[in-house]
Amino acid sequence: MSARLVLPLLLLPAMAGAQGFAGLGTEAGAFRMPERGYAFDFPADHGPHPGFRIEWWYVTANLDGADGATYGLQWTLFRSALTPDAAADGPGQLWMGHAAVTTETAHHMTERLSRGGIGTAGVVAEPFEAWIDEWRMAGPSFDDLTLTAAGPDFAYDVALSAEGPLVLHGDAGFSVKSAAGQASHYYSQPFYDVVGTLTLPDGEVAVTGQAWLDREWSSQPLAAEQIGWDWFSLSFEDGDKLMGFRLREADGGAFTAATWIGADGSAEALPDGRLAAEPLGVAEVAGREVPVRWRLTLAEKGLDVTVAALNEQAWMDSAFPYWEGPVTVTGSHAGRGYLEMTGYE
Amino acid sequence: MTRAGLAALLSHWRRNPLQLFTLIAGLSLATALWSGVQAVNAEARASYDAAAATLGEGQFAQVLSADGGAVAMADYVALRRAGWLVSPVFEGRLEGVRVVGLDPLTAPGGLGPVELSAGAEVGSFLGGAGQVFGTEEALAALGAVAPEKVVAPDVAPMTVLTDISVARDLLGTDAPARLLVAPDQPLGRPPLETVAPGLTLRAAQDGSDVSRLTDSFHLNLTAFGLLSFAVGLFIVHGAIGLAFEQRRLMVRTLRALGMPLSRLVWLMAAELAALALVAGGIGVALGYLIAAALLPDVAATLRGLYGASVGGALEFRPVWWLSGQAIALLGTGAASAAALYRIARMPLLAAARPRAWAMGAGGGRRLQALAGAALLALAAALLLAEGLVAAFALLAALLIGAALLLPALLDLVLRAGAQRAGGPVAGWFWADTRQQLPGLSLALMALLLAMAANVGVSTMVSSFRLTFTGFIEQRLSADLYVSATDADEGARLLAFLEPRAEAVLPVVWVDTEVAGLLAEVYGVRRDPSYPENWRLLVARGAPWAAVFAGEGTIVNEQLYRRAGLELGAPVEVGGGARLPLVGVVGDYGNPVGQVIVGEALFARLHPEATAQRFAVRGDPAALRAALIEEFGLPPAQIENQAALKAFSLQIFERTFTVTGALNVLTLAVAGFAILMSLLTLAGLRLPQLAPVWALGLRRAALGRLELVRAVLLAALTALAALPLGLALAWVLLAKVNVAAFGWRLPMYLFPADYARLGLFALVAAVLAALWPARRLARTPPAELLKVFANER
Repeated sequence: MSARLVLPLLLLPAMAGAQGFAGLGTEAGAFRMPERGYAFDFPADHGPHPGFRIEWWYVTANLDGADGATYGLQWTLFRSALTPDAAADGPGQLWMGHAAVTTETAHHMTERLSRGGIGTAGVVAEPFEAWIDEWRMAGPSFDDLTLTAAGPDFAYDVALSAEGPLVLHGDAGFSVKSAAGQASHYYSQPFYDVVGTLTLPDGEVAVTGQAWLDREWSSQPLAAEQIGWDWFSLSFEDGDKLMGFRLREADGGAFTAATWIGADGSAEALPDGRLAAEPLGVAEVAGREVPVRWRLTLAEKGLDVTVAALNEQAWMDSAFPYWEGPVTVTGSHAGRGYLEMTGYE
Repeated sequence: MTRAGLAALLSHWRRNPLQLFTLIAGLSLATALWSGVQAVNAEARASYDAAAATLGEGQFAQVLSADGGAVAMADYVALRRAGWLVSPVFEGRLEGVRVVGLDPLTAPGGLGPVELSAGAEVGSFLGGAGQVFGTEEALAALGAVAPEKVVAPDVAPMTVLTDISVARDLLGTDAPARLLVAPDQPLGRPPLETVAPGLTLRAAQDGSDVSRLTDSFHLNLTAFGLLSFAVGLFIVHGAIGLAFEQRRLMVRTLRALGMPLSRLVWLMAAELAALALVAGGIGVALGYLIAAALLPDVAATLRGLYGASVGGALEFRPVWWLSGQAIALLGTGAASAAALYRIARMPLLAAARPRAWAMGAGGGRRLQALAGAALLALAAALLLAEGLVAAFALLAALLIGAALLLPALLDLVLRAGAQRAGGPVAGWFWADTRQQLPGLSLALMALLLAMAANVGVSTMVSSFRLTFTGFIEQRLSADLYVSATDADEGARLLAFLEPRAEAVLPVVWVDTEVAGLLAEVYGVRRDPSYPENWRLLVARGAPWAAVFAGEGTIVNEQLYRRAGLELGAPVEVGGGARLPLVGVVGDYGNPVGQVIVGEALFARLHPEATAQRFAVRGDPAALRAALIEEFGLPPAQIENQAALKAFSLQIFERTFTVTGALNVLTLAVAGFAILMSLLTLAGLRLPQLAPVWALGLRRAALGRLELVRAVLLAALTALAALPLGLALAWVLLAKVNVAAFGWRLPMYLFPADYARLGLFALVAAVLAALWPARRLARTPPAELLKVFANER
């Protein structure tokens, strides 16, 4: 899921609306642009790409607690470069971390910011480590990671182990975002098994479940007229998975794209117009109306499902506020996943 | 009709310009002093707010280096990576400007008064050459620096805010001075000492430390402002009452011509309101001038006494403009309510009796004397109460009570004088003086208050100065004071100095809390200079021997009083240890508590603390030369005793300039009140003087007697003011100081000063009486004769 197209940090108030959500429609200038045909080189590409303006490491997980409850978990690190020539570990980088745990009745979230160049945040490809303050995603390899984060009222410490291959979205990882050709480099690891512990106000909970990691980097991923997006990452009970997004335009139009991922890791890119996403109901969240029930249809896969939020109030009240939370899927395919929505004012 | 009525009312002022002047001048002066003080207070408060917002001081807990030095950047990173949400603050001085570097991404209070809104600004703040934010004054003082200068009026005075990377370059240091601790911390944070053993956590203070400390100072100023305002209102009350009384005939005529009473009253109220607004406007403008003249000294005082930084330039603030106008209106209302009421209730054909009014204004004298006595009794009762509010209430009760008693007291003295008078002229003089007393009593009360304040405050200031000078002499007993920039240099300095000097006393301390109050624990080396030079206020046994042996502790008076400590009782000295209190030492001019323990014990309790400052005894010139040439110490790190003393004393010289200036102003207002009262009475007294003249007393002799009378009354008032002033000084020294600063000062008497002040008061009275007396001496005989011809 999620080309979580967030931020040049702190640029929000002046820019939202004018140039897409969080300034993501801002001209790239001297920054590098994604190129079709780029050949990924792992593990190097797990690390930062400083020539590009923005980049993220984005984990969401659907978890089952030993107490029988269902949980959602988020761990995100964003990198934003102030200048095109900033070194990956130099002072020209700004870093932002978001962490959240969502239950049916509560949504705990917290945010961290850091400058580059002093060691409080960064990413190293091998052995893989991504960190901001005491939060870490690290392991001997990208297939075997430990994920930790903490806020004033929650914490988690979970292990991720990959049970399938990396998945490249779009054209071999070149993911187009608008008719005008804006794009990003985008790959996922949707096959993590998770085991670990959540610390919540009521105490610790042992959890197991599945996680999905997104990696994306770009310099101007949105077209100027694109005002927000609705992003789905769904795992069905039969083992298939779907990443799909709808980018909303100011004139009411939309651009959609999706990747159908087989249980074996095979990926099929579905271009604009194939996936249809239709809001079924809205909830008032943080003083605005946000669609928290959706109908998704994808004719060539016989998909016609309803996607509903586990907790309608999964609002990320951060520097760039957005909605991000676990969802359940019913209809032609049953399953669960994560939904991210931005640009709802 | 309304217009005709208004014209008639206003014509009164045209015919009595002096009265109009008295009214406007009295009200303007009162408003000026009041709003001047308010302006100073508002400016100071705004500066504290800006400082608190700029630096987050007091609002947030802080992590500091235990040895008093800077925090290593590596420790900051280690803390963040362990889950401590701390934010670095770089701090230092450049060209007299405080340079503060904050990290906008992690600072819990953001950038305080500076808002980074648009993306481009964040880019320039964090990247490239950077930006510095400050007031124009601060930016100008900073001189030529690389970063872009941005004017931000809300940044604290003489301070610039910038990003930590810019501050690091400007200040040439890689280490933050301290770390701010965010109020909300994540779960699972390890203890500070396991992450960074050399650092200590200082809790956030309740409220702003600075504003709590300085409140007493501002209360002091406000009390002065109120006193001046009250004196001014005496004048206004007199002027309005007289004007209304004189206009009774006019009111009678207007009503006889058909003007409704209600409209007349409204017109008079409107007229007064207009006058009040004009006078208030003048007063606020004057107040602005006063405040602008005083502010630099207030700023110096606050910096010296409390370490609070206040801008030296006055900003125009609508709040105190409005408050000045409002208080002028309110004051006029209070001063005229009775007069308006009397007009409203006046029988249609009542005659004007201005003289009777003037004499009756002091009426209810017995009631007044009783109220005065009751207030003095209240003051006596308040002696038992504790705290700043009680101390100020005591002051108020004492001053107002004494003022109310003054007319009765003077009357008593004059009656005694009359009984002893020989000869008809003397007899008439005493009787006439007594008879004039009611008309003058308000002015004399004002004089009493002004003089008492003068005596009281000058006694306090001079006592303070004597004590403080002696204290500085005792304390700064070493010949040189040398400081190092870090622990390593400190150790090398000590090794270098020890063979070359007679004695080297390391000055080493850690911050701690005693009974919930911020305090510094000092470790002192065994040295005879402590028992020789440090005067203990209370002590038991051999206090210094106990301290050197690690068996007792000495604290400063502030801490002793604020924490309510007792001799012999255990005191926390940090590191979980407690020692019995063996002595209390005077420590004037220091807002923070001090705890003194022996060097060996200190080193055991606080092994992380290292001395970076040394008091050195020996030949100052030789030591200085050796330090600079052999050791290579920059001269800026060596201070000699004489310079330090001069600097400390200079702070205190400026400290009380403000109170001194307010004193002079209050005395001037009182002098003005006497002048106006005498002038007013002069016109009304002709009927009493004419018979005396007719009996053969020449006009010149009458004029001389007027002068003598003024001097007599002023002298009597001055005599009464002396004991009142001394009582005031005692309250200030023994009550207000203790509550406000935490130290009690011994009271010294300054008879020469009091004599000089008394002389000033007499001169003021003579000057005030000169004009009325001269007018009397030159009254044409025809005017005096008219008294017998005209019906009044």
